[in-house]
Amino acid sequence: MVDVTGYRREKPGNHPPNDYPGYSSTAKRAPKRLPIRLEHTLTETTGPTFAGGWEGPNQADLTRAGRGEPIGERIIVAGRVLDEDGRPVPGTLVELWQANAAGRYLHDGDQHDAPLDPNFPGKGHVVTDAEGGYRFLTIKAGAYPWRNSYNAWRPQHLHFSVFGPAFATRLVTQMYFPGDPLLPLDPIFNSTADTEARRRLISTYDPELSQAEYALGYRFDIVLRGRGATPMET
Amino acid sequence: MLIPTASQTVGPFFAVGLTRPELADLTHAGKAKGEAIVIEGQVRDGEGAPVPDAMLEIWQANAAGKYAHPEDRQEKPADANFVGFGRVFTDRQGRYRFVTIRPGAVPGCGNALQAPHIAMTVFARGLLKHLVTRIYFADLAAANEADPVLSAIDDPAARQTLLAKPVNSTPSAYRFDVVLQGEGETAFFDV
Ligand SMILES: [Fe+3]
Repeated sequence: MVDVTGYRREKPGNHPPNDYPGYSSTAKRAPKRLPIRLEHTLTETTGPTFAGGWEGPNQADLTRAGRGEPIGERIIVAGRVLDEDGRPVPGTLVELWQANAAGRYLHDGDQHDAPLDPNFPGKGHVVTDAEGGYRFLTIKAGAYPWRNSYNAWRPQHLHFSVFGPAFATRLVTQMYFPGDPLLPLDPIFNSTADTEARRRLISTYDPELSQAEYALGYRFDIVLRGRGATPMET
Repeated sequence: MLIPTASQTVGPFFAVGLTRPELADLTHAGKAKGEAIVIEGQVRDGEGAPVPDAMLEIWQANAAGKYAHPEDRQEKPADANFVGFGRVFTDRQGRYRFVTIRPGAVPGCGNALQAPHIAMTVFARGLLKHLVTRIYFADLAAANEADPVLSAIDDPAARQTLLAKPVNSTPSAYRFDVVLQGEGETAFFDV
């Protein structure tokens, strides 16, 4: 006998649908059939842990990856990984990747006519501390054009990958910046129907987090789905 | 209650931050206990075209049917050389390949034993939220017949999409294609 407490189901509007015409790449890639509801078993309530250290030492400072200083606005991005009940999620892997200050990724497929920065590969990862906290020092990513529609530009953003305690809590998301004029025009940001859920994707400028004469601080908490109320005996 | 953070697409440039070539081999260079197997296949879109920019992750139990996770309290042997987590990217032809261990059976709902399986997540540009599917082994017909998840799927064609087919090779290899949309669309789960 194994006791399995499942995770709570998504509420409508909290996550984007995969079929979203405003984002043209969904047209040939979004499944046409509805997903089959799966009651959670051990397979879904377990997931990779990071106690063994296979992910390697933290790379929390993205500004020290080259021989010199990267170009751009230095920022500190910090927050906590929590569940829906506000409980911290310690010991989980947070991976970060992003464009440089000019809006260009260090990737062969990125043909945006903007300079690469030899001092900025644009990647990092940390394991959250006992309070679920994480902290990166990086450079504010530039906006970049994409071919979703004529003259479309992605708002400035950082990509985040988070595991959480279980297979069922896996999340890949993007963090945006407050006041970005491109946000109301961006189909990826707007694919999430719920206004409050969209707001959660926008970081908050936090003067307490800023480091005087060095870097601006943005706070970004990541909330993963919570645990169901009662264990099911399975 | 806090509102959960919404999923956003992994986009086309995830290799910048998520590249971990060592995660294609879950056997820890052959040190994990059990039978080494290969899981390989191709990811295709609604037009049958290969998807060259997908990321696939897998999660599975060890050879004894135990997950390397504190909530798996089954009295079965753990394997210090087996994490059970893998990640690969598709190549230009949409192909991928994992080397892993044949998973043991784990319990499911209602105390029924589940057939040996591997959980898989699919991330790609054009997917605003990752897709979840399961890999079962076509040559374990009796176990699959009794599996509570498989047997709850009414459409036999949908059930077929979850079966990895043995390929004649050493070590044992299985082919598991992922069809995102349309004809032969893989059965995906709402977990
Ligand atoms: Fe991006």
